[in-house]
Amino acid sequence: MSASAVLRATLVLFVAAMLQTVIVSSIVIDGGAPDLLLVVVVALGLVRGAIPGAVFGFTAGLIVDLVTLDTMGITSLVLTLAGFWAGRYGETVGRDRRFAPVIAVGTLTLLAGLFGYVLHYLLGEEVIARHALVTALMPAFVLNLALSLPVCAVVRHMVGEAERAKASPEVEVFV
Amino acid sequence: MGVLVLLSLVLITLSFRSGEDGPLTTFQSAGSTALRPFAVGFERVAQPFRDAYGWADSLLDARSDAERLRVENRELLQRTIQSEFARQENDYLRRLLDYVGSPRFPVDFDPIPAEVIGRPAGAFTQAIVVAAGSNSGVRVNDPVVTADGLVGLVTRVTSHTARVQLLTDEEAAVSAVDLRTSAPGIVRHARGTRETLVLDRVRKQDRVKRGDEIVTAGWRASGLSSLYPKGIPIGKVTSVGQTDTDLYQQVQVDPFVDFGSLDAVLVLVPRERRR
Repeated sequence: MSASAVLRATLVLFVAAMLQTVIVSSIVIDGGAPDLLLVVVVALGLVRGAIPGAVFGFTAGLIVDLVTLDTMGITSLVLTLAGFWAGRYGETVGRDRRFAPVIAVGTLTLLAGLFGYVLHYLLGEEVIARHALVTALMPAFVLNLALSLPVCAVVRHMVGEAERAKASPEVEVFV
Repeated sequence: MGVLVLLSLVLITLSFRSGEDGPLTTFQSAGSTALRPFAVGFERVAQPFRDAYGWADSLLDARSDAERLRVENRELLQRTIQSEFARQENDYLRRLLDYVGSPRFPVDFDPIPAEVIGRPAGAFTQAIVVAAGSNSGVRVNDPVVTADGLVGLVTRVTSHTARVQLLTDEEAAVSAVDLRTSAPGIVRHARGTRETLVLDRVRKQDRVKRGDEIVTAGWRASGLSSLYPKGIPIGKVTSVGQTDTDLYQQVQVDPFVDFGSLDAVLVLVPRERRR
């Protein structure tokens, strides 16, 4: 990944993290708010691969935890795994699929919500399962799906695709 | 990938095990201070959009109320959206100032005005981040209010920012009384709702009625005292119920503060600490 691509990706991530904490998380529709940062991390993972996805996820989580003074590491852990999974999906099954961003964002919104709930529960924080997993998560799921294609297009336009080795279309047998 | 996961787990562990003066808190404080100008900048840029969203949202609600919609439409014809935003912000800040100068403001406290610069994402916490920290005199457990009433409590402080746990957080609890009957209870978040509160532990013989105003109790006993000053409005009783098996009444409270549209708040700092 070139230095300029890293710089552009970091800028996209930083702006997304700031927008998420300052405005997007307060846009509550029917009990849930969209998670722009998760969508951006998933998009970065899809267009740049698993390892960059994990690194960008970790960085995004760190920025959010610093700005919101939340328990350090929780958001980083969730977004690291989300970025990595999206990257692996983009490199394998989701490769060249038109609706890969929608599938990845939808799946990871649900998994991140569930994983976040489990983490907070394990840390002894009082979280109501129904609110976290239904009331807030379902609208967030729909809103994130709506964001997935445009956000992924913007990220792809700004950061660019990772170079991939083209698979050989045919097999030559030398005797 | 494994390294990043491990690093995240180390951060979580350190964050939990180190106290307020731990190295991670120092790091978080420094990071938060460095990011604060960006947060404030984004907040300023985002404010018109948030106002526009709030305006659109309120317009949707008004569909169910024809009379309100008619009045709002008339107002919208008279003013541009931009001047309306400016007026609303002005009103909000003026109400805060009026509140500070009014007899309702707690006598033993000084107000520290603070702009709201962040709202943690997700359904796990109900909190805001404000642009005032230990440099302004803010400490953990300082109460936070607006002109409408109680907002919550400071739970974390850095040099220039502070995290405020809202009343609607699952872990928030406030000693409160019914202003009319002096019936005591504890205000908590109502499970399964977003912004509704309940007045818990109200005895069955206390005659709490719909429409009663609930305020902070501000108790003081045996050298201990409540974190909240006495008499800060919390909300209005919307329903009272009781069953034969329950020990206490079920009192639902609608908060005076609109937690979704907080722009600025007042952190209450005890006067004795500032001396």
